[in-house]
Amino acid sequence: MMIKNLPRRLALDGDAVVKEALRRLEQPSRRLFLRRSLTLGGLSLLTGCAFVDEDSVERALMKVSYFNDKVQAWLFDPNQLAPTYPESMITRPFPFNAYYQEDEVPEVDANEFRLEIGGMVADKHAWTLEELRALPQTDQVTRHICIEGWSAIGKWGGVNFASFLRRVGADLSAKYVGFKCADDYFTSIDMPTALHPQTLLTLSYDGQELPPRYGFPMKLRMPTKLGYKNPKHIQAIFVTNTYPGGYWEDQGYNWFGGS
Amino acid sequence: MTDDTSPIHPAWLRVTHWINAFAVVIMMMSGWRIYDAAPFFGFVIPKSITLGGWLGGAILWHFAAMWLLAANGLVYLICNAASGRLLRKFFPLSPRAIAADMLAALKGMLAHDDLRRYNAVQRAAYLFVIADSVLLVLSGLVLWKSVQFPLLRELMGGYEAARRVHFLAMAALVAFVVVHLAMVALVPRTLLAMIRGR
Repeated sequence: MMIKNLPRRLALDGDAVVKEALRRLEQPSRRLFLRRSLTLGGLSLLTGCAFVDEDSVERALMKVSYFNDKVQAWLFDPNQLAPTYPESMITRPFPFNAYYQEDEVPEVDANEFRLEIGGMVADKHAWTLEELRALPQTDQVTRHICIEGWSAIGKWGGVNFASFLRRVGADLSAKYVGFKCADDYFTSIDMPTALHPQTLLTLSYDGQELPPRYGFPMKLRMPTKLGYKNPKHIQAIFVTNTYPGGYWEDQGYNWFGGS
Repeated sequence: MTDDTSPIHPAWLRVTHWINAFAVVIMMMSGWRIYDAAPFFGFVIPKSITLGGWLGGAILWHFAAMWLLAANGLVYLICNAASGRLLRKFFPLSPRAIAADMLAALKGMLAHDDLRRYNAVQRAAYLFVIADSVLLVLSGLVLWKSVQFPLLRELMGGYEAARRVHFLAMAALVAFVVVHLAMVALVPRTLLAMIRGR
């Protein structure tokens, strides 16, 4: 998504240092897009004139994006696994990433926490962390790919999401699984991806309890989707046929966001 | 096909050429904005020459124009191969001929009186840009769907390598465009031929 903390080469000249500082300064302002429509700047540069109606261009581009959702759903192979890596290839430190800065990470009280389950499911009881930890756990070392282009390898552990959905009696013929998070983030995914064998409801990172910066108390990890589709600090999961959208998706990021 | 009444460039070629030019401009300008979101070569591309305004907008442009680029490119390749034009116009081609024509071009002695006939440097340049465009599409497919196209991903050397391949192939295309436009400026008749066919 927007913040990139990958290790960078030391800037050796003053110009580069200034550029880097400006780049970092620029980041918080990108949150302004929340209340903006898609800014398609450069369009008038391209056409050399202003008579093109930007709204209609936006609508056309969004239509292609919806078409791309369908193409991706068609391309998605439920049995195609994302590559896994040896632990020696884990990116250290794994970059922090959110639509806010690291000091704004929400604090979730582990004892008070209950994972709410809603929508088209048989068993709507709320789960404590202890109950979730008591379920069979598995882990994976996979590549997280951000929509910005960078990628990083991490190790996540937790509950196979398909078996969790079956356990709560989710209607697996429903179209969407939606997520609401403690940081007011929200997103939604397609059911085939929810049932993919590498989709995990993760409770740990690199063998430790999932730290707040990586999404305590839990993060849905899908190596078949881009980073912004992997919600952290999940508070509620719901199964629905009504398109739930998402924080970034509502601003123009492609909804399917698969890789 | 070589009599003087037929157009220098067939209509399908002119149409696909200009659609391609339009698609490439959109792909490049939006691609530069996407690169800027996580630059890996120690420089960024000035925002003023990018398209999309922000990352999300740039991606919308990029992933819309990609269909135009790919579909138009397929039509071009099919027409080119099926009509026999590909073999007729681009071959034979030898390194010796390329070197000879390059030398002649540098001396200002390369003739352009017959626009129907590509010299060896042109043949090499156009074949190169076709191959480069194919590489751009294939590496782009890996960036878009690295999990779904495992063979392509491994051919590119993995996801991270594919980013570099995609960028360098773009840079090679920019270099081609610069030379291409310079040549058109030197021999403006070629622009007319690509528009009206003669």
